[in-house]
Amino acid sequence: MAIDGPTIAEVLRQQGISRRGFLKFCATTASLMALPPSMVPAIAAALENARRPSVIWLSFQECTGCTESLTRSHSPSIEALILEQISLDYHHTLQAASGTAAEAARKAAMQENAGKYLLVVDGSIPLGNAGFSTIAGISNLDMLKETAAGAAAVIAVGTCAAYGGIPAAQPNPTGAVPVSAIIKDKPVLNVPGCPPIPVVITGVLAHFLTFGSLPELDALGRPKTFYGETIHDRCYRRPFYDQGKFAETFDDEGARKGWCLFKLGCKGPVTYNACATTKWNQGVSFPIQSGHGCIGCSEPGFWDAGPFYKALSMPIGPAKAAVGAAVVAGLAAGSAVALRNRSAKKSAQAAHQKVTVADLEKSK
Amino acid sequence: MPSTPADDNVWRGNALPLLNEIRHALERLLATGETTVIDLGALPMGAQDEAELLDALGTGEVDATVDAGGPSSVRETAFHGVWRVTHRNEAGETQARFIEIAFVPELLMSQREDVTDSSNALSKRLGVEQNIRK
Repeated sequence: MAIDGPTIAEVLRQQGISRRGFLKFCATTASLMALPPSMVPAIAAALENARRPSVIWLSFQECTGCTESLTRSHSPSIEALILEQISLDYHHTLQAASGTAAEAARKAAMQENAGKYLLVVDGSIPLGNAGFSTIAGISNLDMLKETAAGAAAVIAVGTCAAYGGIPAAQPNPTGAVPVSAIIKDKPVLNVPGCPPIPVVITGVLAHFLTFGSLPELDALGRPKTFYGETIHDRCYRRPFYDQGKFAETFDDEGARKGWCLFKLGCKGPVTYNACATTKWNQGVSFPIQSGHGCIGCSEPGFWDAGPFYKALSMPIGPAKAAVGAAVVAGLAAGSAVALRNRSAKKSAQAAHQKVTVADLEKSK
Repeated sequence: MPSTPADDNVWRGNALPLLNEIRHALERLLATGETTVIDLGALPMGAQDEAELLDALGTGEVDATVDAGGPSSVRETAFHGVWRVTHRNEAGETQARFIEIAFVPELLMSQREDVTDSSNALSKRLGVEQNIRK
Protein backbone atom coordinates (compact mmCIF):
# COMPACT_ATOMS: atom_id res chain seq x y z
CA MET A 1 0.00 0.00 0.00
CA ALA A 2 2.98 2.27 0.44
CA ILE A 3 3.92 4.76 -2.21
CA ASP A 4 7.29 6.38 -2.55
CA GLY A 5 7.97 9.48 -0.54
CA PRO A 6 8.55 10.52 3.03
CA THR A 7 7.03 8.64 5.96
CA ILE A 8 4.26 10.20 8.04
CA ALA A 9 6.77 10.97 10.80
CA GLU A 10 9.11 12.63 8.28
CA VAL A 11 6.28 14.74 6.83
CA LEU A 12 5.38 15.99 10.30
CA ARG A 13 9.02 16.65 11.14
CA GLN A 14 9.51 18.59 7.90
CA GLN A 15 6.63 20.77 9.01
CA GLY A 16 8.44 21.58 12.25
CA ILE A 17 6.36 19.28 14.43
CA SER A 18 8.42 18.17 17.45
CA ARG A 19 8.59 14.64 18.81
CA ARG A 20 6.24 15.81 21.54
CA GLY A 21 3.83 16.96 18.84
CA PHE A 22 4.24 13.61 17.12
CA LEU A 23 3.33 11.77 20.32
CA LYS A 24 0.30 14.01 20.69
CA PHE A 25 -0.60 13.11 17.11
CA CYS A 26 -0.27 9.41 18.03
CA ALA A 27 -2.41 9.86 21.16
CA THR A 28 -5.19 11.58 19.22
CA THR A 29 -4.89 8.96 16.47
CA ALA A 30 -5.34 6.17 19.05
CA SER A 31 -8.42 7.92 20.39
CA LEU A 32 -9.66 8.44 16.84
CA MET A 33 -9.26 4.75 16.05
CA ALA A 34 -11.04 3.83 19.28
CA LEU A 35 -7.91 2.04 20.44
CA PRO A 36 -6.81 2.09 24.09
CA PRO A 37 -4.20 4.72 25.06
CA SER A 38 -1.80 1.88 25.84
CA MET A 39 -1.51 1.39 22.05
CA VAL A 40 0.18 4.80 21.56
CA PRO A 41 3.76 3.39 21.51
CA ALA A 42 2.74 0.81 18.87
CA ILE A 43 1.09 3.52 16.79
CA ALA A 44 4.18 5.73 17.09
CA ALA A 45 6.39 2.84 15.96
CA ALA A 46 4.10 2.08 12.99
CA LEU A 47 3.84 5.71 11.89
CA GLU A 48 7.62 6.04 11.93
CA ASN A 49 7.67 3.90 8.81
CA ALA A 50 4.21 4.43 7.29
CA ARG A 51 3.98 6.23 3.96
CA ARG A 52 1.04 8.17 2.60
CA PRO A 53 -1.22 5.79 0.68
CA SER A 54 -2.84 6.83 -2.57
CA VAL A 55 -6.62 7.06 -2.19
CA ILE A 56 -9.19 7.08 -4.98
CA TRP A 57 -12.68 8.07 -3.89
CA LEU A 58 -15.65 7.19 -6.11
CA SER A 59 -19.16 8.55 -5.55
CA PHE A 60 -22.09 6.69 -7.07
CA GLN A 61 -25.81 6.82 -6.13
CA GLU A 62 -25.43 9.04 -3.08
CA CYS A 63 -26.46 12.41 -1.70
CA THR A 64 -22.91 13.70 -0.95
CA GLY A 65 -23.78 13.49 2.76
CA CYS A 66 -20.83 11.14 3.33
CA THR A 67 -18.41 13.60 1.74
CA GLU A 68 -20.04 16.43 3.69
CA SER A 69 -19.45 14.37 6.82
CA LEU A 70 -15.81 13.70 5.87
CA THR A 71 -15.12 17.39 5.39
CA ARG A 72 -16.33 18.01 8.93
CA SER A 73 -13.78 15.71 10.47
CA HIS A 74 -11.75 17.65 13.01
CA SER A 75 -9.39 14.88 14.07
CA PRO A 76 -7.66 14.95 11.71
CA SER A 77 -9.13 17.82 9.72
CA ILE A 78 -9.74 17.15 6.05
CA GLU A 79 -6.86 19.50 5.22
CA ALA A 80 -4.47 17.62 7.52
CA LEU A 81 -5.72 14.29 6.21
CA ILE A 82 -5.11 15.23 2.57
CA LEU A 83 -1.87 17.13 3.07
CA GLU A 84 -0.17 14.92 5.64
CA GLN A 85 -1.64 11.45 5.81
CA ILE A 86 -3.06 10.35 2.50
CA SER A 87 -2.65 11.26 -1.13
CA LEU A 88 -6.23 11.83 -2.26
CA ASP A 89 -5.76 11.46 -5.98
CA TYR A 90 -9.38 11.39 -7.15
CA HIS A 91 -12.56 12.67 -5.55
CA HIS A 92 -14.82 14.35 -8.06
CA THR A 93 -16.54 16.57 -5.49
CA LEU A 94 -13.39 17.83 -3.78
CA GLN A 95 -10.86 17.93 -6.62
CA ALA A 96 -10.29 21.03 -8.73
CA ALA A 97 -9.92 19.11 -11.98
CA SER A 98 -12.97 17.98 -13.92
CA GLY A 99 -13.87 16.09 -17.06
CA THR A 100 -11.00 14.53 -19.01
CA ALA A 101 -8.34 15.90 -16.63
CA ALA A 102 -10.07 14.33 -13.61
CA GLU A 103 -10.38 10.94 -15.27
CA ALA A 104 -6.73 11.18 -16.33
CA ALA A 105 -5.81 11.72 -12.65
CA ARG A 106 -7.71 8.58 -11.69
CA LYS A 107 -6.04 6.52 -14.40
CA ALA A 108 -2.61 7.88 -13.44
CA ALA A 109 -3.11 7.06 -9.76
CA MET A 110 -4.29 3.55 -10.64
CA GLN A 111 -1.27 2.97 -12.86
CA GLU A 112 1.37 4.44 -10.55
CA ASN A 113 0.08 2.68 -7.43
CA ALA A 114 -1.23 -0.54 -8.95
CA GLY A 115 -2.09 -3.05 -6.25
CA LYS A 116 -1.35 -0.56 -3.47
CA TYR A 117 -3.98 2.17 -3.52
CA LEU A 118 -7.03 2.36 -1.35
CA LEU A 119 -10.41 2.65 -3.05
CA VAL A 120 -13.15 4.45 -1.13
CA VAL A 121 -16.71 4.27 -2.45
CA ASP A 122 -19.80 6.11 -1.31
CA GLY A 123 -23.20 5.47 -2.84
CA SER A 124 -24.85 2.34 -4.15
CA ILE A 125 -24.45 0.88 -7.63
CA PRO A 126 -27.49 0.61 -9.95
CA LEU A 127 -27.77 -2.68 -11.82
CA GLY A 128 -31.14 -1.95 -13.40
CA ASN A 129 -29.98 0.40 -16.14
CA ALA A 130 -26.43 1.65 -16.63
CA GLY A 131 -27.79 5.07 -17.52
CA PHE A 132 -29.27 5.63 -14.06
CA SER A 133 -25.91 6.89 -12.80
CA THR A 134 -22.79 7.62 -14.84
CA ILE A 135 -19.57 9.60 -14.42
CA ALA A 136 -17.81 10.93 -17.52
CA GLY A 137 -20.03 8.61 -19.54
CA ILE A 138 -18.86 5.56 -17.61
CA SER A 139 -21.44 3.52 -15.74
CA ASN A 140 -20.99 3.16 -11.98
CA LEU A 141 -20.66 -0.60 -12.37
CA ASP A 142 -17.88 -0.35 -14.95
CA MET A 143 -16.00 2.33 -13.03
CA LEU A 144 -16.17 0.31 -9.80
CA LYS A 145 -14.94 -2.89 -11.43
CA GLU A 146 -12.15 -1.11 -13.30
CA THR A 147 -10.91 0.84 -10.28
CA ALA A 148 -11.27 -1.98 -7.76
CA ALA A 149 -9.16 -4.31 -9.93
CA GLY A 150 -5.88 -2.69 -8.87
CA ALA A 151 -6.86 -1.66 -5.33
CA ALA A 152 -5.32 -3.09 -2.16
CA ALA A 153 -8.72 -2.87 -0.45
CA VAL A 154 -12.09 -1.23 -0.85
CA ILE A 155 -13.78 0.86 1.85
CA ALA A 156 -17.54 1.26 1.39
CA VAL A 157 -18.40 4.51 3.15
CA GLY A 158 -22.00 5.14 4.12
CA THR A 159 -24.99 2.83 4.33
CA CYS A 160 -25.67 3.12 0.57
CA ALA A 161 -22.25 1.73 -0.39
CA ALA A 162 -22.23 -0.74 2.51
CA TYR A 163 -25.75 -2.16 2.28
CA GLY A 164 -27.61 -0.38 -0.54
CA GLY A 165 -29.09 2.25 1.77
CA ILE A 166 -31.94 4.49 0.71
CA PRO A 167 -31.53 3.87 -3.06
CA ALA A 168 -32.07 0.16 -2.35
CA ALA A 169 -35.11 0.79 -0.15
CA GLN A 170 -38.38 -0.65 -1.42
CA PRO A 171 -39.21 -0.62 -4.29
CA ASN A 172 -35.53 -0.12 -5.25
CA PRO A 173 -36.27 1.45 -8.65
CA THR A 174 -32.66 1.42 -9.88
CA GLY A 175 -31.80 -2.10 -8.76
CA ALA A 176 -29.26 -0.63 -6.32
CA VAL A 177 -26.74 -2.96 -4.70
CA PRO A 178 -23.85 -2.42 -2.27
CA VAL A 179 -20.16 -2.65 -3.18
CA SER A 180 -19.85 -6.09 -1.57
CA ALA A 181 -22.42 -7.49 -4.01
CA ILE A 182 -20.05 -6.75 -6.89
CA ILE A 183 -16.49 -6.88 -5.55
CA LYS A 184 -15.75 -10.42 -4.40
CA ASP A 185 -11.99 -10.71 -4.86
CA LYS A 186 -10.81 -7.82 -2.63
CA PRO A 187 -11.20 -7.08 1.04
CA VAL A 188 -14.28 -4.86 1.40
CA LEU A 189 -14.69 -2.92 4.62
CA ASN A 190 -18.04 -1.33 5.43
CA VAL A 191 -18.28 2.01 7.25
CA PRO A 192 -22.06 2.41 7.39
CA GLY A 193 -24.05 5.35 8.68
CA CYS A 194 -26.28 7.90 7.05
CA PRO A 195 -23.84 9.52 7.06
CA PRO A 196 -21.03 7.83 9.02
CA ILE A 197 -19.47 9.80 11.86
CA PRO A 198 -16.71 12.01 10.35
CA VAL A 199 -13.96 10.71 12.61
CA VAL A 200 -15.03 7.12 12.02
CA ILE A 201 -14.33 7.63 8.30
CA THR A 202 -10.94 9.20 9.00
CA GLY A 203 -10.31 6.68 11.80
CA VAL A 204 -10.61 3.76 9.41
CA LEU A 205 -8.27 5.50 6.95
CA ALA A 206 -5.88 6.21 9.83
CA HIS A 207 -5.92 2.55 10.83
CA PHE A 208 -5.06 1.49 7.30
CA LEU A 209 -2.18 3.93 6.97
CA THR A 210 -0.90 3.19 10.47
CA PHE A 211 -0.91 -0.57 10.37
CA GLY A 212 -1.07 -1.17 6.62
CA SER A 213 -4.01 -3.48 7.07
CA LEU A 214 -7.73 -3.31 7.63
CA PRO A 215 -9.06 -3.53 11.20
CA GLU A 216 -10.90 -6.57 12.53
CA LEU A 217 -14.41 -6.76 11.09
CA ASP A 218 -17.75 -8.01 12.37
CA ALA A 219 -20.11 -10.31 10.46
CA LEU A 220 -21.44 -7.35 8.46
CA GLY A 221 -17.98 -6.21 7.40
CA ARG A 222 -17.79 -3.32 9.89
CA PRO A 223 -14.67 -2.52 11.97
CA LYS A 224 -15.28 -3.80 15.48
CA THR A 225 -13.47 -0.86 17.05
CA PHE A 226 -16.30 1.45 16.02
CA TYR A 227 -19.20 -0.95 15.52
CA GLY A 228 -18.47 -3.53 18.21
CA GLU A 229 -21.18 -2.43 20.61
CA THR A 230 -24.72 -1.18 20.33
CA ILE A 231 -25.69 2.45 20.82
CA HIS A 232 -27.81 1.19 23.72
CA ASP A 233 -24.86 -0.47 25.48
CA ARG A 234 -22.82 2.73 25.39
CA CYS A 235 -25.69 5.20 25.89
CA TYR A 236 -25.38 7.57 28.82
CA ARG A 237 -29.17 7.19 29.30
CA ARG A 238 -28.85 3.43 29.73
CA PRO A 239 -29.22 3.64 33.55
CA PHE A 240 -32.75 4.99 32.99
CA TYR A 241 -33.63 2.04 30.78
CA ASP A 242 -32.46 -0.27 33.55
CA GLN A 243 -34.54 1.68 36.06
CA GLY A 244 -37.61 1.57 33.81
CA LYS A 245 -37.75 5.35 33.37
CA PHE A 246 -38.92 6.28 29.88
CA ALA A 247 -40.01 9.41 28.03
CA GLU A 248 -43.54 8.75 26.74
CA THR A 249 -43.71 11.82 24.48
CA PHE A 250 -41.10 14.25 23.23
CA ASP A 251 -42.14 16.95 25.67
CA ASP A 252 -43.25 15.20 28.85
CA GLU A 253 -41.49 15.18 32.19
CA GLY A 254 -39.43 12.13 31.22
CA ALA A 255 -38.17 13.82 28.05
CA ARG A 256 -37.24 16.94 30.00
CA LYS A 257 -35.34 14.84 32.53
CA GLY A 258 -33.44 13.03 29.81
CA TRP A 259 -34.95 9.60 30.42
CA CYS A 260 -34.64 6.67 28.03
CA LEU A 261 -36.19 7.14 24.55
CA PHE A 262 -36.89 3.44 23.95
CA LYS A 263 -40.67 3.88 23.94
CA LEU A 264 -40.36 6.71 21.41
CA GLY A 265 -38.84 4.33 18.89
CA CYS A 266 -35.13 4.51 19.69
CA LYS A 267 -33.32 1.80 17.71
CA GLY A 268 -30.24 2.01 19.93
CA PRO A 269 -30.63 -1.55 21.27
CA VAL A 270 -30.25 -3.06 17.78
CA THR A 271 -27.85 -0.57 16.22
CA TYR A 272 -24.10 -0.98 16.21
CA ASN A 273 -22.26 2.33 15.91
CA ALA A 274 -20.00 4.70 17.84
CA CYS A 275 -22.36 7.70 18.09
CA ALA A 276 -22.85 7.33 21.87
CA THR A 277 -19.17 7.79 22.64
CA THR A 278 -17.49 9.39 19.63
CA LYS A 279 -20.49 11.70 19.12
CA TRP A 280 -20.82 14.39 16.44
CA ASN A 281 -19.71 17.97 15.87
CA GLN A 282 -16.39 17.59 17.65
CA GLY A 283 -17.86 15.40 20.33
CA VAL A 284 -20.59 17.89 21.28
CA SER A 285 -23.63 15.62 21.09
CA PHE A 286 -25.43 12.82 19.29
CA PRO A 287 -29.12 12.29 18.43
CA ILE A 288 -30.12 10.74 21.77
CA GLN A 289 -28.34 13.48 23.72
CA SER A 290 -30.27 15.97 21.61
CA GLY A 291 -33.55 14.30 22.58
CA HIS A 292 -34.28 12.10 19.57
CA GLY A 293 -34.03 8.34 19.42
CA CYS A 294 -31.53 6.52 17.23
CA ILE A 295 -33.00 5.61 13.81
CA GLY A 296 -30.55 2.76 13.26
CA CYS A 297 -28.99 4.26 10.13
CA SER A 298 -25.88 2.07 10.24
CA GLU A 299 -27.85 -1.17 9.98
CA PRO A 300 -28.74 -2.95 6.73
CA GLY A 301 -32.24 -2.11 5.47
CA PHE A 302 -32.82 0.55 8.13
CA TRP A 303 -35.17 2.51 5.87
CA ASP A 304 -37.56 -0.44 5.58
CA ALA A 305 -37.19 -1.67 9.16
CA GLY A 306 -40.39 -0.17 10.50
CA PRO A 307 -41.47 3.24 11.78
CA PHE A 308 -38.83 5.42 13.41
CA TYR A 309 -41.21 6.37 16.23
CA LYS A 310 -42.50 2.94 17.17
CA ALA A 311 -40.89 1.10 20.07
CA LEU A 312 -38.84 -1.94 19.10
CA SER A 313 -41.09 -4.06 21.29
CA MET A 314 -44.11 -3.21 19.13
CA PRO A 315 -44.93 -5.35 16.09
CA ILE A 316 -43.89 -3.70 12.82
CA GLY A 317 -45.99 -5.87 10.51
CA PRO A 318 -49.08 -4.66 8.68
CA ALA A 319 -52.05 -3.64 10.85
CA LYS A 320 -54.24 -6.44 9.53
CA ALA A 321 -51.86 -9.05 10.92
CA ALA A 322 -52.11 -7.55 14.40
CA VAL A 323 -55.88 -7.45 14.18
CA GLY A 324 -55.93 -11.05 13.03
CA ALA A 325 -53.82 -12.07 15.99
CA ALA A 326 -56.20 -10.31 18.35
CA VAL A 327 -59.14 -12.19 16.90
CA VAL A 328 -57.36 -15.51 17.30
CA ALA A 329 -56.47 -14.71 20.88
CA GLY A 330 -60.03 -13.76 21.62
CA LEU A 331 -61.93 -10.55 21.97
CA ALA A 332 -60.77 -10.07 25.55
CA ALA A 333 -57.15 -9.80 24.45
CA GLY A 334 -58.07 -7.31 21.72
CA SER A 335 -60.01 -5.24 24.20
CA ALA A 336 -57.08 -5.25 26.59
CA VAL A 337 -54.73 -3.94 23.88
CA ALA A 338 -57.21 -1.23 22.94
CA LEU A 339 -57.65 -0.29 26.60
CA ARG A 340 -53.89 -0.11 27.16
CA ASN A 341 -53.44 2.02 24.06
CA ARG A 342 -56.18 4.39 25.16
CA SER A 343 -54.60 4.58 28.59
CA ALA A 344 -51.17 5.32 27.13
CA LYS A 345 -52.65 8.00 24.89
CA LYS A 346 -54.50 9.57 27.81
CA SER A 347 -51.33 9.60 29.96
CA ALA A 348 -49.36 11.11 27.13
CA GLN A 349 -51.99 13.79 26.64
CA ALA A 350 -51.97 14.56 30.36
CA ALA A 351 -48.18 14.87 30.39
CA HIS A 352 -48.12 16.91 27.19
CA GLN A 353 -46.91 20.43 27.79
CA LYS A 354 -48.43 22.72 25.23
CA VAL A 355 -46.37 25.61 23.94
CA THR A 356 -48.17 28.52 22.38
CA VAL A 357 -46.85 31.21 20.06
CA ALA A 358 -47.09 33.62 22.99
CA ASP A 359 -44.81 31.32 25.06
CA LEU A 360 -42.24 31.22 22.30
CA GLU A 361 -42.26 34.98 21.99
CA LYS A 362 -41.81 35.31 25.76
CA SER A 363 -38.76 33.05 25.69
CA LYS A 364 -36.94 35.15 23.08
CA MET B 1 -39.17 27.36 27.17
CA PRO B 2 -38.65 23.60 27.59
CA SER B 3 -35.20 22.62 28.75
CA THR B 4 -33.08 20.36 26.56
CA PRO B 5 -32.21 16.90 27.87
CA ALA B 6 -28.53 17.79 27.82
CA ASP B 7 -28.82 20.47 30.48
CA ASP B 8 -31.00 18.60 32.94
CA ASN B 9 -29.81 18.10 36.47
CA VAL B 10 -30.31 14.38 36.90
CA TRP B 11 -27.92 11.94 38.58
CA ARG B 12 -27.27 9.08 36.15
CA GLY B 13 -24.36 7.58 37.98
CA ASN B 14 -22.03 7.32 34.98
CA ALA B 15 -19.26 9.29 36.73
CA LEU B 16 -19.03 7.09 39.81
CA PRO B 17 -17.48 3.99 38.16
CA LEU B 18 -14.89 6.24 36.53
CA LEU B 19 -13.94 7.79 39.86
CA ASN B 20 -13.40 4.29 41.21
CA GLU B 21 -11.26 3.41 38.19
CA ILE B 22 -9.16 6.50 38.91
CA ARG B 23 -8.84 5.41 42.55
CA HIS B 24 -7.54 2.00 41.47
CA ALA B 25 -5.12 3.65 39.04
CA LEU B 26 -3.72 5.87 41.80
CA GLU B 27 -3.13 2.81 43.97
CA ARG B 28 -1.35 1.13 41.04
CA LEU B 29 0.79 4.23 40.43
CA LEU B 30 1.92 4.21 44.04
CA ALA B 31 2.56 0.48 44.14
CA THR B 32 4.33 -0.04 40.82
CA GLY B 33 4.85 3.36 39.19
CA GLU B 34 2.62 2.30 36.29
CA THR B 35 0.75 5.18 34.67
CA THR B 36 -2.83 4.91 33.40
CA VAL B 37 -4.49 6.88 30.64
CA ILE B 38 -8.29 6.94 30.34
CA ASP B 39 -9.84 8.13 27.08
CA LEU B 40 -12.93 10.14 27.99
CA GLY B 41 -14.09 9.93 24.38
CA ALA B 42 -14.55 6.17 24.73
CA LEU B 43 -16.97 6.34 27.65
CA PRO B 44 -20.73 6.87 27.76
CA MET B 45 -21.04 10.30 29.28
CA GLY B 46 -23.79 12.86 29.10
CA ALA B 47 -23.14 16.54 29.71
CA GLN B 48 -24.25 16.19 33.32
CA ASP B 49 -22.10 13.09 33.88
CA GLU B 50 -19.02 14.93 32.70
CA ALA B 51 -19.87 17.96 34.79
CA GLU B 52 -20.17 15.68 37.83
CA LEU B 53 -16.84 14.05 37.08
CA LEU B 54 -15.00 17.34 36.63
CA ASP B 55 -16.67 18.77 39.71
CA ALA B 56 -15.59 15.75 41.75
CA LEU B 57 -12.01 15.98 40.48
CA GLY B 58 -11.71 19.73 41.04
CA THR B 59 -8.61 21.73 40.09
CA GLY B 60 -5.12 21.47 41.50
CA GLU B 61 -1.86 23.36 41.50
CA VAL B 62 -0.54 22.89 37.97
CA ASP B 63 -2.05 24.37 34.83
CA ALA B 64 0.12 24.02 31.71
CA THR B 65 -0.38 24.61 28.01
CA VAL B 66 1.66 22.74 25.42
CA ASP B 67 1.82 24.30 21.97
CA ALA B 68 2.55 21.37 19.67
CA GLY B 69 0.37 20.88 16.61
CA GLY B 70 -2.26 23.03 18.34
CA PRO B 71 -2.71 23.86 22.00
CA SER B 72 -3.00 21.07 24.57
CA SER B 73 -3.96 21.80 28.14
CA VAL B 74 -2.56 19.76 31.02
CA ARG B 75 -4.39 20.44 34.25
CA GLU B 76 -3.71 18.73 37.53
CA THR B 77 -6.88 18.00 39.45
CA ALA B 78 -7.36 18.47 43.17
CA PHE B 79 -6.05 14.89 43.47
CA HIS B 80 -2.29 14.92 43.03
CA GLY B 81 -1.28 12.56 40.26
CA VAL B 82 -4.62 12.84 38.45
CA TRP B 83 -4.36 15.04 35.37
CA ARG B 84 -6.84 16.22 32.76
CA VAL B 85 -5.19 16.33 29.33
CA THR B 86 -7.10 17.94 26.46
CA HIS B 87 -5.66 17.99 22.96
CA ARG B 88 -6.82 20.62 20.48
CA ASN B 89 -5.89 21.15 16.86
CA GLU B 90 -4.56 24.39 15.41
CA ALA B 91 -8.12 25.62 14.92
CA GLY B 92 -8.71 25.17 18.65
CA GLU B 93 -11.11 22.25 18.12
CA THR B 94 -10.99 19.52 20.73
CA GLN B 95 -9.43 16.33 19.34
CA ALA B 96 -9.16 14.09 22.37
CA ARG B 97 -9.65 14.23 26.14
CA PHE B 98 -7.83 12.03 28.59
CA ILE B 99 -7.53 11.53 32.31
CA GLU B 100 -3.90 10.62 32.98
CA ILE B 101 -2.83 9.13 36.29
CA ALA B 102 0.89 9.78 36.50
CA PHE B 103 3.53 11.61 38.53
CA VAL B 104 4.22 13.74 35.44
CA PRO B 105 2.13 13.46 32.22
CA GLU B 106 4.28 12.32 29.32
CA LEU B 107 3.30 15.35 27.26
CA LEU B 108 5.07 17.65 29.71
CA MET B 109 8.37 15.78 29.53
CA SER B 110 10.90 16.80 26.89
CA GLN B 111 11.42 13.99 24.42
CA ARG B 112 14.87 12.49 23.75
CA GLU B 113 14.65 13.17 19.99
CA ASP B 114 13.83 16.83 20.58
CA VAL B 115 16.59 17.20 23.17
CA THR B 116 19.07 15.70 20.69
CA ASP B 117 17.96 18.17 18.02
CA SER B 118 18.28 21.03 20.48
CA SER B 119 21.78 19.99 21.53
CA ASN B 120 22.90 19.80 17.93
CA ALA B 121 21.28 23.14 17.07
CA LEU B 122 22.93 24.90 20.00
CA SER B 123 26.30 23.39 19.18
CA LYS B 124 25.97 24.54 15.60
CA ARG B 125 25.02 28.04 16.67
CA LEU B 126 28.06 28.26 18.96
CA GLY B 127 30.32 26.80 16.30
CA VAL B 128 31.46 23.89 18.48
CA GLU B 129 31.66 20.21 17.65
CA GLN B 130 28.55 18.21 18.32
CA ASN B 131 29.14 15.61 20.99
CA ILE B 132 25.72 14.01 20.96
CA ARG B 133 24.28 12.32 17.96
CA LYS B 134 20.95 10.64 17.40
